[in-house]
Amino acid sequence: MKKFLSLLLAAATILVSASACSNTTATSSAAAPAPAGETGSSEASAAPEKVTGSITASGSSALYPLVKDAISKFKKINPDVSITLNAGGSGTGLKQVSDGSVDIGNSDVEAASKLAADKAKELVDHKICVITMAPIVNKDVAEKVKSLTTEQLVSIFTAKTKNWKEVGGPDEPIVLVTRPATSGTRALFKQYALNNQEEASNASLETDDSGALLQSVSTHKGAIGYVALSYLINNTSVSTVAIDNVEPSLENTYNGTYKVWGYEHMYTKGEPEGAVKAFLDYMQSEEYGNSVETLGYNVTSKMKATK
Amino acid sequence: MAKKETFWRSVITACGMLIIILTLAIGAFLIYKGVGTFTVFHHSVAEFLFSPDWNPADDFTGGGHVGAAIFIFGSISICMLALLISAPFSIAAAIFMAEISPRLSEKIFQPAVEIFIGIPSVVYGWVGVTVLVPFLERVFHLPYGFSVLAGALVLAVMIFPSITSVSADALRSVPEEYKEAAYGLGSTRWQVIWRVLLPAARPGVLTGIILGLARAFGEALAVAMVIGKKLAFPENIFSPTNNLTSAIASDMGGAAEGGEYNLALWTMALLLLLISYVFILLVRKISEKQVRKE
Repeated sequence: MKKFLSLLLAAATILVSASACSNTTATSSAAAPAPAGETGSSEASAAPEKVTGSITASGSSALYPLVKDAISKFKKINPDVSITLNAGGSGTGLKQVSDGSVDIGNSDVEAASKLAADKAKELVDHKICVITMAPIVNKDVAEKVKSLTTEQLVSIFTAKTKNWKEVGGPDEPIVLVTRPATSGTRALFKQYALNNQEEASNASLETDDSGALLQSVSTHKGAIGYVALSYLINNTSVSTVAIDNVEPSLENTYNGTYKVWGYEHMYTKGEPEGAVKAFLDYMQSEEYGNSVETLGYNVTSKMKATK
Repeated sequence: MAKKETFWRSVITACGMLIIILTLAIGAFLIYKGVGTFTVFHHSVAEFLFSPDWNPADDFTGGGHVGAAIFIFGSISICMLALLISAPFSIAAAIFMAEISPRLSEKIFQPAVEIFIGIPSVVYGWVGVTVLVPFLERVFHLPYGFSVLAGALVLAVMIFPSITSVSADALRSVPEEYKEAAYGLGSTRWQVIWRVLLPAARPGVLTGIILGLARAFGEALAVAMVIGKKLAFPENIFSPTNNLTSAIASDMGGAAEGGEYNLALWTMALLLLLISYVFILLVRKISEKQVRKE
């Protein structure tokens, strides 16, 4: 009996650790082997040339949902391509594409900021989409605070303003919720929303990812944080705040009135070829553009403003 | 026959050697990466250990500050508090299992404790963040429940089974004659447990406590989820802070490889390795003493 129990326990442990290891990997490999000759029945409407091969990508977690969606749609058209995608952070993505362990490195920031200059030069940048960051607050604050000026925002995130009543809100202490210092989202928010002022790390709660931040802001009275618009699709648990009376929205980013946005980069080492090129082209195609917007990202080609 | 024997012997030797090489390689790699903060970016060891100014530059030119004192203090305070909470319960449970009700414990208690060990840490963290954190908020009227106390409570539950099972083994291995002699002299059961059993089993109990402490020190996920990760020394046990493992986990993916930030994180990993070596040495010292006594 005891032996059986311990065996069971061991098996359970192995299972659990195995599943824990693979939780951020979305592997989807087409099982069908590449046909030896032309079968002649290829869907001419979808793909003029048959795309085969494998693609590996890793990096930014802000871009992860979009790439994951693009993969599933791309594979419907090109079932013979196998694509592996990992999250892991912009730094990881850039490092891995630079040393050749993945084909595509996803990043919220430019390669030069995370790689040595000579390594960054070898990479080719594909500005796959634009991402808009929005300040978000707990529901109870949102009733009174609809908009903040840049000055107020800076003052809040540098912990100089400590109570919501100072900016016209309820009499509640402000709870700052932030992202790790090396996060791409944080870098963007700092640069365009906070005029490059450093956030007060010694007064804020740090969360590992945007999902956890959303959860934290929605459950704590007086909380304020920031996430990409892509995390706010179908969201009702928190409210966005306008900056200088400009609502964070895809339209306002397109017409250039809302300033907190940045390019999402997909880097390749050298010019892309074969399946990688086909995939990057697909992601930037008009056909896929609608999906980009449905998921809360901006299409790069529609931008009136540039950075 | 002899051939077969040498074959399997070499297979087993190879496996053993592989593990030893692996351990050494990990240690060497951590040292290689970890000293970069001091050799490449020229920070002093004292700054790293004692300065609370943590703001490393995420690039290759450096010029930031790498004081990890907040993380180190966070790790130590949370683990000590966890131990303070967990040790009395664990030792009491061990006494119950070994002495008071051995038959019941073998059927129910022992398997329960073993299952405890198998629960992955993310589950502890998740339960902590959805149940414990809001609970602390309500009970103590805090703006948020992320705190040293939350981290310590989660860790206390996590290390409870390790301390309990090692301590119970130690208590069980106390020679029967000791107990009989004590009873023969007219001791009560409590006196036997307190004056004879526990002192005799002390090295084993200490080993259990240190193993628990080592696990607590290395735990990242569960603590990271409930600690709040605020870059400041905790004012009291209800305020949030940060610790070594959480800091490494949250920034390792984003920091530029080989940059000042990245190397500072490696140095923190090296420090964790050194701390665990210290714990292991302590365990060895204690068990050596035990052998000599016998």
